[in-house]
Amino acid sequence: MLQLTDRDRGLLDGTYGPGAQMAMSIMVRMAEVYGAETLLDISAAHIDSALYMGQATLDFAERLAGLGARVVVPATTNVSGVDEAGWRAWPVPPEWAEMAQRQMAAYLALGCSPTFTCAPYQSAPRPHFGQQIAWGESNAIAFANSVLGARTERYPDLLDICAAITGRVPLVGLHLTENRAASLVLRLDGVPLALQAADEFYPVLGYVTGRLAGERVPAIDGLAVVPTEDQLKALCAAAASSGAVALCHVVGVTPEASTLDAACQGRVPPELHVLDMAVLRRAAAALTTADTGALDLVALGCPHFSLAEFRQLAPLLAGRKRSPRTRFLVTTGRSVAEWAEQEGLLAPLRAFGGELTLDTCILTTPMLPSDVRCLMTNSAKYAYYAPGMLNTTVTYGSLSDCVRSAVAGAVVRDGSLWEGE
Amino acid sequence: MNAGSTVLHGRPLVGGAAAGELLVASAPLSFWGGYDYATGEITDRRHPLSGQIAAGRILALPYTIGSSTTTAVLLEAVRAGTAPAAILTASADAFLALAAIVADVLYAKPLPVVAIGAEAFAALRDGQWAELTPGGDVFLTPGDSGRN
Repeated sequence: MLQLTDRDRGLLDGTYGPGAQMAMSIMVRMAEVYGAETLLDISAAHIDSALYMGQATLDFAERLAGLGARVVVPATTNVSGVDEAGWRAWPVPPEWAEMAQRQMAAYLALGCSPTFTCAPYQSAPRPHFGQQIAWGESNAIAFANSVLGARTERYPDLLDICAAITGRVPLVGLHLTENRAASLVLRLDGVPLALQAADEFYPVLGYVTGRLAGERVPAIDGLAVVPTEDQLKALCAAAASSGAVALCHVVGVTPEASTLDAACQGRVPPELHVLDMAVLRRAAAALTTADTGALDLVALGCPHFSLAEFRQLAPLLAGRKRSPRTRFLVTTGRSVAEWAEQEGLLAPLRAFGGELTLDTCILTTPMLPSDVRCLMTNSAKYAYYAPGMLNTTVTYGSLSDCVRSAVAGAVVRDGSLWEGE
Repeated sequence: MNAGSTVLHGRPLVGGAAAGELLVASAPLSFWGGYDYATGEITDRRHPLSGQIAAGRILALPYTIGSSTTTAVLLEAVRAGTAPAAILTASADAFLALAAIVADVLYAKPLPVVAIGAEAFAALRDGQWAELTPGGDVFLTPGDSGRN
């Protein structure tokens, strides 16, 4: 039976206005679904709901805004459904752009801040270790829990904004210490150090992690290098695409996993999987549906490109030019793009013939021309979703393979790192 | 109910009556990138049900994976009339339940979502006829007999 505080009851009976009442009525019904006994205060939110996904999502936002709801905690916005300044460079239907912009405006009216990125940990103040938060967006949820040690359940769209308006969430799941213990261990075995150090390893590791973990909390053991933050971002995004992973411990790396025993909170996990090169090669192969032939588009920035990634990309582009038949697109948020511009990192992208899309991505706005049939990316998340959502073939490759392929106008891949053992 | 029917006692995450042919997914699904709200087709090309139309059927799905946007896609499908008639899940899936709750709040359109547990879920068969009661009971009849 759900216990409510006086404030909770006030929210529910309309004392705090009809918008807050609507949000609280949804929160209370969801607390029953979760089987919660009480609600918990959260102190920050990341709102995936700002993404336009048809009339219903706009109806929901405008209903809340029309009822005068306001967020009571700092709330960042996830990707939007349109690049407000840049959509006309692509075949985005104007009616889509208009609806998506209305939805962005509704969330700003609710008091959210216009970050419009799926990687808020790159451009907005970060939650601290142990902070109770309500985040939407699967990659951001996994990053917040795993890499930052903040505590969020895997919040769906629409509930994230209800949490921000009420400041309350059901006290269940990953908000509670005991549910953060790893229940399966994935042990790397015989993975060459050179591969472990490479960016192209982490999307594949994440993909296989999500497949094996499903809804559970995995611990990855046996990594012999310290991954960069972008590598952890790629790992989290992939695991949250192929599975429902909201927390992934990396032993010796992430803050709740100084040791395997710490990640498991002293318990013996019931399941162990060995990840050897045979398993990893199969996973890498599964990310690619076509690996030869002409290439229509290279897409980078899923999750949104970081400043560090722009710094990595710029020298790879210097003095080169993409093939006229292969478009080259980077997706990122407005803040990171501004910093990259200030550092002079966008000029090489333009000189290369590359393009930039802000605040959204190829999966969240209908921007791609229908003649884009073959896509290449360094992102497991793009690779995972592209065949179903964009009806394209997809080739997975490293950042430098992506650049070389764009220059060649056809897929060029160096698989040598995957050949060991 | 017909002879030969079985009854499951599920937990109604969102209660309601519905009837239809079962479409059973052996693997979890992300609706975002996996369900076309314009047509009701399952579009995840790596999913065993890729290409199947779930609109109007009783979709049995162990649980959802992937994107937080699954809820938004299912809500839009309910609004557009391309959603399944009801959804049976193995575990209590918050993403699906939320879509059904918001569909009720915004449009007063019911989408029953019933959690039946992993064991009962494993016994479901494609093509069975299912009738759901608002209390979470699920009556199953083999094949086409339920429609006669």
